[in-house]
Amino acid sequence: MMKTRWHAFRKWAVQTARLCCGVPDYDVYVQHLREHHPERKVPTYPEFFRERQVARYKGTGGRCC
Amino acid sequence: MHSVAIKPSPAARILWVVIAIIGAWCLGVVALHRGEPINAIWVVAASIAIFVIGYRFYGKFIEHQVLQMDSSRAPPSVLRNDGLDYVPTDKWVVFGHHFAAIAGAGPLVGPVLAAQMGYLPGTLWILFGVVFAGAVQDFMILGLSLRRDGRSLGHMLREELGPVPGVIAMFGVLVLMMIVLAVLALVVVKALTHSPWGTFTVACTIPIALLMGVYLRWFRPGRILEVSLIGLVLLLASIWFGASVAASPTLAPIFDFDAKALAWLLIAYGFCASVLPVWLLLAPRDYLSTFLKIGTIALLALAIFLAAPTLQMPAVTKFIDGTGPVFQGNLFPFLFITIACGAVSGWHSIIASGTTPKLLANEGQARLVGYGGMLMEAFVAIMALIAAASLHPGVYFAMNSPSALIGTTVEQAATAISQWGFVVTPAELLQTAKNIGEHSILSRAGGAPTLAVGMAQLLHNLIPGTQMMAFWYHYAILFEALFILTTVDAGTRVGRFMIQEIAGLIHKPLQATESWTGNLLATAICVGLWGYFLYQGAVDPLGGINTLWPLFGIANQMLAAIALMLATVVVVKLKRERYVWVPGIPAIWLIVCTVTAGCEKLVGPISFTAAAQKYANSLQSGQLLAPAKTAEEMQRIITNNYVDMALTAIFVLLIVTMFAFSLRALVQAWRINHPTAHEEPYVALASVAH
Repeated sequence: MMKTRWHAFRKWAVQTARLCCGVPDYDVYVQHLREHHPERKVPTYPEFFRERQVARYKGTGGRCC
Repeated sequence: MHSVAIKPSPAARILWVVIAIIGAWCLGVVALHRGEPINAIWVVAASIAIFVIGYRFYGKFIEHQVLQMDSSRAPPSVLRNDGLDYVPTDKWVVFGHHFAAIAGAGPLVGPVLAAQMGYLPGTLWILFGVVFAGAVQDFMILGLSLRRDGRSLGHMLREELGPVPGVIAMFGVLVLMMIVLAVLALVVVKALTHSPWGTFTVACTIPIALLMGVYLRWFRPGRILEVSLIGLVLLLASIWFGASVAASPTLAPIFDFDAKALAWLLIAYGFCASVLPVWLLLAPRDYLSTFLKIGTIALLALAIFLAAPTLQMPAVTKFIDGTGPVFQGNLFPFLFITIACGAVSGWHSIIASGTTPKLLANEGQARLVGYGGMLMEAFVAIMALIAAASLHPGVYFAMNSPSALIGTTVEQAATAISQWGFVVTPAELLQTAKNIGEHSILSRAGGAPTLAVGMAQLLHNLIPGTQMMAFWYHYAILFEALFILTTVDAGTRVGRFMIQEIAGLIHKPLQATESWTGNLLATAICVGLWGYFLYQGAVDPLGGINTLWPLFGIANQMLAAIALMLATVVVVKLKRERYVWVPGIPAIWLIVCTVTAGCEKLVGPISFTAAAQKYANSLQSGQLLAPAKTAEEMQRIITNNYVDMALTAIFVLLIVTMFAFSLRALVQAWRINHPTAHEEPYVALASVAH
C-alpha cells in the first residue's frame, strides 16, 4: 500500500518536473504513436528529449517576468 | 450549464463561517493594529483565509456562471491529442507546470519596492487585486483559450476584436518584453555592482551550465533531474568558494565591476547566449533555475512559518504622499503599478493561452490551474513583502534609496534616513554589510538584495552559525540572478524570432531562423533594444530602477487590461451581459491606473519631461548635475528621459486605442440578440474519450 503510493508520488513528481522543463511524458507519446500512427518510427528517449528541447525555445511566451 | 448546484452540508457551512471569521479577525489585526509591531503570521493567516474564500466562492462563481465551464465537454487536449503539445494530463501535473511558468522575479521585486509605503497598502492590494483582478484574468483567458483549441492571446484578440487591434496588441507585447528584459537585467546589475562574491558565483553559472549541457547531450541524454542535482551541488560549492574570492586581494579585483561594466557584460552575454544552440547553455540553465526557483520559494515559506518574524516596517509610512525615495509618485496610481506581478500580471495571459490549455484534461480543472495558480503567485508576493517588512526600516531605506538622496557613506546615509524618521546608526549599516559579507549595502535598489538580506536573516534564525548569513545572502542573490538570466536568454531568443518575422515582411530571406545573417542581425537588434534601456538604467541619476520600474509596471498592467477587455467583450458576445462587471471592473481599474500613471510620467513634477528639462536648463546655464561629469553625459541623460517620455506616450496611446476598439466590439455585440463569440462547437467528452 505504502509502496504503491510512494511509486505513484514519484511518477507524479518526475512527470511534473520534466513538464516544467518542457519535456512531456515519453511513455504517453510512445503509446500515442503505437495507437494512432503505427507506421511511424518510435524515437528513443534521447531522440525524443533532444527534439523537445529545441521545440521549447522556438515559440513565444513560456516564461514570465 | 450542466452544473447542478449541490447544497453544502451543515458541517461545510460551519467550516466556511469559521474560515471567514478567522480571516476577518486576522485581517483586522493587520489593518487596525497601530503603534506596536505585529507578527508576520497574522499577515500569512489573513492571506490564506482570503485566498481560500476567494477560490471557493468567487472562483466557483466565475467557473459556473461567467465562463460556464462544462466537465462534459471535450477539451483541446482530447480533441487534438498528438502526444506532444496536446496531451490530457493529470491536473496536479498541469498545476505544477503552470505555476513554474508564471512564477518569476516579478512578484519578488515589486512588493519589496512597495514596502516603502509600509506593509499595509501592498498587502491589501495583493490580496484584493489577486482575487478580483489577477486570478480572474488568468482563469478567464485560460477558459477562453480552452474553448478555442488552445489558441494564443494574439490569435483570440484578432478573432474577437479584429485584425488591427490584434496587431497593435502584439506590438505592445514586443515593447513590453524589451522593457521586462532591461529592468530584470538591471536588477542583476544592481545586485552585483562592486560585489566580487556575487559576481563570481553568478559567473560560475556559465561554466556549470555548459558542463550540464554537454553531460545531457552526450553522457546521460535526457536525465534532467540527475544533471540538475549535480549542477546544484556545483552552485553551492561556488557560493562557498566565493567567500575566498572576495577575501583574496588578487582574485577580488577580477570580479569587481561598476554598473556600466556589468551592463555591457550582460549585453554581450545575452547576445552570445541566444545565438548558441539551446542545448549548450540556455536549456541546462533553465532546468537549474526552474528547480531552484520552486525550492527557494518553498524554503522561504518554511522560513517564514518557522521564524515567524515581527514586521519592523510601520503599517503605513509617510511616503504614501509620493515623496518616497524608492519610487516617486502617490499611492494612487503608483502602488498599483509597482506591484504588478503578484496582484495582476498581463504576462500571465500569454502563458494561460500558451501550453496550459493544451494540457488540461477537463474544463472542470481550469479553476484549480488558472485561478489557483495565480493565488499561489500572490502568496509568493506576500512572502516577499514580509521578508522586506521584517528588516530594520533604516536598513531597508539604506539599501533602496539612490545615492543622490542618501549620499555614498554610511554616516551620510544614517543621517539622511534618521531625518526621515527611521532612526539608524552608521554602525548598524556597517554591521549589516559585514554580516552578509559585502563592503556596502547602500543604494542596492532593485528588490533582489533587500529580499536576499531579509531571507538571510530569516534563515539565519533557523540555522545559526558564523558565515551562514553571508552564505544565505549570496544564495538568494544567486537564485534571483540565475532565473533572471534565464529569462534574459529565453526572452532575447523569443524577441529575435518576433523581429525576424517582422523583418521577413520586408525581405523574405531574413525570416529563415536557420540563416546566420538573419539570426545575428535580429539578435543584435533585440539585444540593442533592451540593452539601450539597461545601459540607460545603469547611468541613471536616480539609480535606474526608480525610472524603469514604473515603465515596466505600466506596460505589464496595460497588457493585463487588454486581456481583461478581451474577456469583457467575449462575455458580452456570449450574451452573458449580466456578468460583464466580472472582467469589466478590473479592466477599467487597470486602465485608470495605467493612464493616470502614464500622464503623471508625461507632465508634472515627477515626469520624464520635467527631469529632461531640469538637466537641459542646467546644461544651458553651464552647470553639471550629478551623476553627469561632462556635458555629453548631461546630453545623454536628457535624451534618455525624452526616449522614456516617448515610450510612455506610446503606452498611453496604445491602451486608449485598445479601449476604443474593445468598446466598439462590445457595443456591436450588445445590440445583436444572439451569441457571436468564436467558440469551437461542443463535442461531448464521452463521445471521444476511450
